[in-house]
Amino acid sequence: MSSTSTIYDFSTLTGSIDASLHSWMAPGLALTAELVLVGLVFLTFYALLGLFLVYLERKVCAVIQNRYGPNRVGPMGLFQTIADLIKLLMKELIPIRRADHFLFNLAPFIVIIASFMAIAATPFARGLQAVDLNIGVFYVMAVSSLGVVGILLAGWASNSKYSLIGAMRSGAQIVSYELSVGLSLLAVVVLSGTMQLSGIVESQANGWWIFKGHIPVIISFIIFLIASTAEINRGPFDLAEAESELTAGFHTEYSGIKFAFFFLAEYINMFIVSAIGATVFLGGWMPLHIGNLEAFNHVMDFIPSMVWFFLKTFFLIYVIMWFKWTFPRLRIDQLLTLEWKYLMPISLVNIVVIAFIALMGWHF
Amino acid sequence: MLNYLKEIFGAISSLWAGMRITGKYFISPGQIVTQKYPENRKTLKMQDRFKGEIIMPHDENNQHRCTGCGICEMNCPNGSIEVLTNRVPNAEGKMERVIDKHVYHLSMCTFCGLCVKTCPSGALAFGQKFEHAVFDRQKLTKILNQPGSTLKKEAKQ
Amino acid sequence: MSEEIIKNIIVKENEDYIINMGPQHPSTHGVLRLEVCLQGETVKYIVPHVGYIHRGIEKMCEANTYPQIIHLTDRMDYLSAHMNNEAVCLCVENAMQVEVPERVKYVRTILAELNRLASHQLWWSAFGMDLGALTTFFYGLRDRELILDIFEESFGSRLLHSFNTPGGLMHDIHPNFQKRTKDFIAYFREKLPEYDQLLTGNIIFQQRTKGIGLLSREKAIAYGVTGPSGRGSGFSCDLRKHAPYSAYDKVQFNEIVYTEGDTFARYNVRMDEMRESLNIIEQLIDNIPSDGHTAKMKPIIKLPAGEFFQRVETARGELAVYIVSDGNKTPYRIKFRSPNFSNLFVMNELAAGGKIADLIAISGSLDLVIPDIDR
Repeated sequence: MSSTSTIYDFSTLTGSIDASLHSWMAPGLALTAELVLVGLVFLTFYALLGLFLVYLERKVCAVIQNRYGPNRVGPMGLFQTIADLIKLLMKELIPIRRADHFLFNLAPFIVIIASFMAIAATPFARGLQAVDLNIGVFYVMAVSSLGVVGILLAGWASNSKYSLIGAMRSGAQIVSYELSVGLSLLAVVVLSGTMQLSGIVESQANGWWIFKGHIPVIISFIIFLIASTAEINRGPFDLAEAESELTAGFHTEYSGIKFAFFFLAEYINMFIVSAIGATVFLGGWMPLHIGNLEAFNHVMDFIPSMVWFFLKTFFLIYVIMWFKWTFPRLRIDQLLTLEWKYLMPISLVNIVVIAFIALMGWHF
Repeated sequence: MLNYLKEIFGAISSLWAGMRITGKYFISPGQIVTQKYPENRKTLKMQDRFKGEIIMPHDENNQHRCTGCGICEMNCPNGSIEVLTNRVPNAEGKMERVIDKHVYHLSMCTFCGLCVKTCPSGALAFGQKFEHAVFDRQKLTKILNQPGSTLKKEAKQ
Repeated sequence: MSEEIIKNIIVKENEDYIINMGPQHPSTHGVLRLEVCLQGETVKYIVPHVGYIHRGIEKMCEANTYPQIIHLTDRMDYLSAHMNNEAVCLCVENAMQVEVPERVKYVRTILAELNRLASHQLWWSAFGMDLGALTTFFYGLRDRELILDIFEESFGSRLLHSFNTPGGLMHDIHPNFQKRTKDFIAYFREKLPEYDQLLTGNIIFQQRTKGIGLLSREKAIAYGVTGPSGRGSGFSCDLRKHAPYSAYDKVQFNEIVYTEGDTFARYNVRMDEMRESLNIIEQLIDNIPSDGHTAKMKPIIKLPAGEFFQRVETARGELAVYIVSDGNKTPYRIKFRSPNFSNLFVMNELAAGGKIADLIAISGSLDLVIPDIDR
């Protein structure tokens, strides 16, 4: 690690805030204040990111489809999603007769809390990470799959046949694709020898895993992309909402801000899987270094680590959007066939190969 | 085993073919075909034959060609035309039929073009205006002959 | 056969898990209601309910003169409006034994093929969208827009162009018509391979359509499934070939018949028909004769007393017009045999036993236009 890259270290900033809080507060109080502060920062980030991603999706799909996309509200239509948010906030929350109201109201919160928890462990830049758990990968996997509980509840509590079918599809889908996501992430965990997300990023200082890990890591990267697209109910795998079949799937009966929660959670989940993919396979906030080109590497070091992280993440987000706006939807049995007959066996073989590579130390 | 791999590579290449198409359009925003409608109102030119609404062309002397024969009313399949005529004495003292009101219900019109086609004196035509949205249904009932307009006599010859 | 029909009578049970697809549902493309019984994801049976957009067109025709009927036929199968008009016009012309000018025949054929192209483009767009590939919708409509522009220039309207009239055309085609049509053919020949790359070759698409919704040739004939849907089952029923009208006897083209009978075959028939339509237009567009755009007709058209029948090939199948006349200027009774009505009722045969997603693919591949079913 060269000394220049430390100029963008956020740990100095966070450390100074921590020190100043501790200087005039009791330790317990300071911790509470920090938690509140982090919570507020993440909440703001979460909302803004959700709005921006919705806008981005609209623009990307519009350009792919030879359209302009939003272009009326604000410059380039930038405030369109804000206008939509205001509209959703003001809309009536329609109570469904003979629905299970407690579960019906609980479901959107479970979905959104799951995605909120997952974003906590994301390393945004050097030293900018809310919690750096030593089982980071495991934590993100575990927490992000909690969202399906909310989807199942939504489908069940709505007392609607379309919702129920959508929820059941979603359950089957996430249970199966979780395996492939886990196995493909395991590939890098095996190579880097740690589950800590910051540790995985540090291990890519001399090259990203996708370059260092030979073909097996590329395969697991592709599997990760496919499986994570399926896990967040998007793209060709959006069977849970499949609007031409189930009108809107599990959130058919939701209106107003409760619908917005589902909608927001879908986009934040897309950000999370892209962030995890970028962190694990594409070096997280590590700049791009090419071999011995010292001058080039030096220039790359001057780009802030946060910029690197977001560039990589948004690249992956674009790829996931690209999938969605190109492919037809799979059928439920084909979806499961793809997982159990193709992705899963390939992942298993792949992980054995990677373990062998790691054992022999063949990776760079 | 070989078939299994072949299958996977065939699938991926077919998916890539589709992604190439959408990717091509993504990087060429010049191909956007949307027209920005309210902005381009000034330059928007409809085709000459565009069936926007039925109009009765008047010349600079506020004269039209409608004799009030009622053939358009007869031919209209929806009853969207009503021709109200008066009988007034002309210069020679004979009673002559003159239109009072040529009432056109735009809300009932299906733009089949039969009235324009069958009019023996060519009094009706299609106008290019297409922004017909109004707040009151009454406003869609139009009187095509302008107030004070008279019949163009030479058209009869 | 009768035993088979009895076997196919649907027995409803109380514990059936029934969902209503439609009248407001994104995939039914209109106000069609499908009562779908499910067992998990599997479709047990389907009962189509029609009539939500019944306007009584046949009854209205009894009060209208023959030139006035034309604009009502536009509103049955609005995507093949020209062919609908043509059917009534041909029937009236045959009844009155009027020989229309060659120019009219040529122009009608070109317009029918352009309309077929536009209809198939819209179908392709919507079919892709039904299967979840939302981008196809915009690509299809983008190209269809050019055809609609050609229509607008010549007829003044884009979708419901009452351009035919008994005895000829309302007015002559626009001077730009030939040039614009040729430009469009050149453009569309470039774009058609993109359709294939985006959808036809796609592995997900092929898996969604191959072997889904099998319709045997016998079943197709028994249910009267015509048009591309019937030809996908090997039922050679193209009236342009078997009972040529207008200028179809003067052009060389192939009747597209696939024998697989599945959704993919029905898809392929339409894709190939688009190419054939381009060929037909290309053969005719340069040699349109110039002998007037209408035959000499009496001011009031009266059909001799009797029964008259004419069928044409619309974009969706065989449209037949049956007129009973008592010698007046309005028909005594007029009956339209609309292709979509027959095509719809084969749905239970195709989709029962499949998944919900297959049902969507099948209804997309039958290319239903609901106003044509209900009339």
